[in-house]
Amino acid sequence: MASAVAEVHEHTHYTTTGLDNRKVAIWAFIGSECMLFMSLISTYLIYKGKSIVGPFPHEAWTDPSGHVFKPILNIPVTSQSTFVLLMSSLVMVLALAAVENRGKPGYQGTLLGNSKLWLAATAALGATFLGYQAYEFTSFVHEGLTIHTNLFGSSFFTLTGFHGAHVTAGVLWLLTLLSIDIKRGLTPKDALLVDICALYWHFVDVVWIAIFTLVYLIK
Amino acid sequence: MATTAATPSYEQTGIWSWITTVDHKRIGALYLYTALFFFMFGGLEAGVIRWQLAQPNQHIVSAELYNQLFTMHGTTMIFLAVMPLSAAFFNFLIPLQIGARDVAFPRLNAFSYWVYVLGGTFMTLPIFFNTAPNGGWFGYAPLTTLPFSSGLNIDFWVMGLQILGISSLAAAFNFITTIINMRAPGMTLMRMPVFTWMSFVVQFLLVLAFPVITIALVFLLFDRFFGTNFYEIAAGADPLLWQHLFWVFGHPEVYILILPAFGLVSEILPTFSRKPLFGYNVVVYSGIMIGFLGFGVWAHHMFAVGMGATADTIFALTTMLIGIPTGVKIFNWIATMWGGQIRFTAAMKFAIGLIALFTIGGISGVMHSSPPADLQQTDTYFVVAHFHYVLFGGSIMGIFGGIYFYYPKITGRYMSEVLGTWHFWCTFIAMNLTFFPMHFSGMLGMPRRIYTYDAGQGWDTFNLISSIGTGLLILSTLIFVVNFLKSRKSGEVAPGDAWGAGTLEWTIPSPPPDYNFAEIPFVTSRYPLWDLKHPERTSGIAHSAPDVMTITDAHATPVHEEMGHKTAAELGIPMPFNTVKPLIAAAALVAMFGGLLFMHTNQFAVAMTITIGSASLFVGTLYAWLTSPLE
Ligand code: HEM
Ligand SMILES: [Cu+2]
Repeated sequence: MASAVAEVHEHTHYTTTGLDNRKVAIWAFIGSECMLFMSLISTYLIYKGKSIVGPFPHEAWTDPSGHVFKPILNIPVTSQSTFVLLMSSLVMVLALAAVENRGKPGYQGTLLGNSKLWLAATAALGATFLGYQAYEFTSFVHEGLTIHTNLFGSSFFTLTGFHGAHVTAGVLWLLTLLSIDIKRGLTPKDALLVDICALYWHFVDVVWIAIFTLVYLIK
Repeated sequence: MATTAATPSYEQTGIWSWITTVDHKRIGALYLYTALFFFMFGGLEAGVIRWQLAQPNQHIVSAELYNQLFTMHGTTMIFLAVMPLSAAFFNFLIPLQIGARDVAFPRLNAFSYWVYVLGGTFMTLPIFFNTAPNGGWFGYAPLTTLPFSSGLNIDFWVMGLQILGISSLAAAFNFITTIINMRAPGMTLMRMPVFTWMSFVVQFLLVLAFPVITIALVFLLFDRFFGTNFYEIAAGADPLLWQHLFWVFGHPEVYILILPAFGLVSEILPTFSRKPLFGYNVVVYSGIMIGFLGFGVWAHHMFAVGMGATADTIFALTTMLIGIPTGVKIFNWIATMWGGQIRFTAAMKFAIGLIALFTIGGISGVMHSSPPADLQQTDTYFVVAHFHYVLFGGSIMGIFGGIYFYYPKITGRYMSEVLGTWHFWCTFIAMNLTFFPMHFSGMLGMPRRIYTYDAGQGWDTFNLISSIGTGLLILSTLIFVVNFLKSRKSGEVAPGDAWGAGTLEWTIPSPPPDYNFAEIPFVTSRYPLWDLKHPERTSGIAHSAPDVMTITDAHATPVHEEMGHKTAAELGIPMPFNTVKPLIAAAALVAMFGGLLFMHTNQFAVAMTITIGSASLFVGTLYAWLTSPLE
């Protein structure tokens, strides 16, 4: 009997659904993150137009001393950073494909199969997005909007800051995968590692689409 | 049989093996001991509260300390006692009930436990220094913002809850994955034991409700530490923002507290009625229904704030609606006992006690689902009576029942039935003595959260009875403690199938070996062990023939009683390594939040050093953890 039992353990990766545990867990995690961002976005929307003093997102504001504050949001610049983040999702797909198809014709030794390049590019695009955000935040502060100024400032910086923190975590995750890839090379067996990172990354992107639409585009 | 001493068949002993354990059964036991400790502590706080209120115009504690006592009593009971007691059962039982060798992420499980202990300690210690949280368990902002609550009290509460939320969320991801993905072959969703089902629903509630309070707390933390305006009325903030966010979490939270107890009695009642649960499908679907509806009733806690007739009506209707799936379960349990050959064990008494007492609490709940009635009842002792009938009469009775029922499985020995019966009747009587009069004092207008009151308002006798009841409750809990500790050493030795139950956890020895199942069973019905021993009981429920099972998947064997005492090594079962990393990560996490406290004592540099230092330690440990092999 003991030998029959020992045999069982070559199959420790049996799961009920056939999916890896980590994949199921990341979906549960993303569900939870949805509620997190929903709470942040709802608060932003509830507080829209409720600020007593400016500056405001879409309208100019003149303070009692006659100083005029421009509308804060700079849609052209943020459209660029949104584009950058969207492109990063595309590149992420290529990174996953490169790892999954390692060694297959069309991928072996080609540009398409260069997972290191695609992982690095995803991280770089994410970092670029964060650069845009840093620029955006500092210029808002120069224009007179801080986290203390009014309800808009508090809810805007908290919401986008939370998203930025998620992007930062994603970039670190990507860099970790990249370093593994450089050290020992990611094989199709490791595709799951890249897969769950990609799921997270796409989720963070989708959240940004929601934020860009609801916060920036809708007046 | 009763002469051989039951020694746990764990291969390791010693305190270090507990600190580094990743075994779900040991973590479950740790949860149980710790949560029982916090339960006693919260009970003592309640004792002081009732001592103070026993008679009019008493000054045993100051108004300020009284505020800390009721805040910490509520917070402790909800977050440090009932939730972790449920978690003890999630940990211990879920893998056993679904035929798995462990949870999906054993180390994450250890992490959840350590975050809970350290976070609980973090929140509890300040009461000894007169700086415990004092804003009520629901911490209404703006009352809890800096201008109105300037001490460290609320900081401990905000950080503490944030920390505990992380513990619950990590555990919830773990159990969702475990239940979805680690079921033995043939253990289809609709064959899962009801406790596992109710736990499954609870994990979804945790995953969806906790982020909402996390954000509410983040806002409060930012307001207090970084000067944001979320709850700053002068800046135009909505005074109801906190209330909405809190109760969107808060109402699902009450189902997080009760559903595990519902699950436990759904195991106990069939076992001691010796027949399958009546209307299994209905019990499961009504549990899911409660989960859904639970997100649509939060504003019944806010009828008094003036939301307007439309909102009041909608929330009144949804609240009345949620009474239906809740009531349905009561009838299922009664019908389960109907015509059964009932054994009145201590566990069974507590399960029946739950049915009786929860029903009273459910009825008062439906009473204040009507806004005009609620306007009279809200913020009075009537509401206190309601939620103690559901929480004590429901959750705690169910959990006590669960402890008597599963103690033999956990320790290998039975608890004393004699002491158990004493414990039950004392608790049952004392509980009613304590909380029933609160219906009357509440109806007579006695508000919650006052530290004393004048004589001659018709409240005196009711308060005295409540306080006497509390004394008796503390006594009856002592009976339980004696029983719990004594039985550990000298209780009667229990066989694997301690009660003649029907589910998988009873097919393995008590206490289970560290690998749980020497052979993964394949399951062909809801009560596999009864199929084996009492086929007449299960002839009415659905079965699938063994040959249609895809047994090759996991080399599973038919369900049978395991008697062996082999070690994992002898059987060739790889076990996860013990590790201290989850504890280090948990400590770093708690220190990260704790460091921020120094900002309020104007030691900015200290705050940043601790917080950033521990954050780096946390990330570092996480990397070390994720790159080291599990087994
Ligand atoms: C039949 C189902 C239930 C209904 C219809 C119901 C209804 C209500 C309503 C309307 C309130 C607000 C009363 C007020 O503040 O004026 C309330 C309060 C409360 N309920 Fe329930 N309830 C039910 C079940 C439960 C359960 C199962 C639990 C927990 C195990 C629970 C725990 C509480 C708590 C803790 C409060 C007070 C919160 C506070 O103000 O501190 N209820 N309930
Ligand atoms: Cu409620």
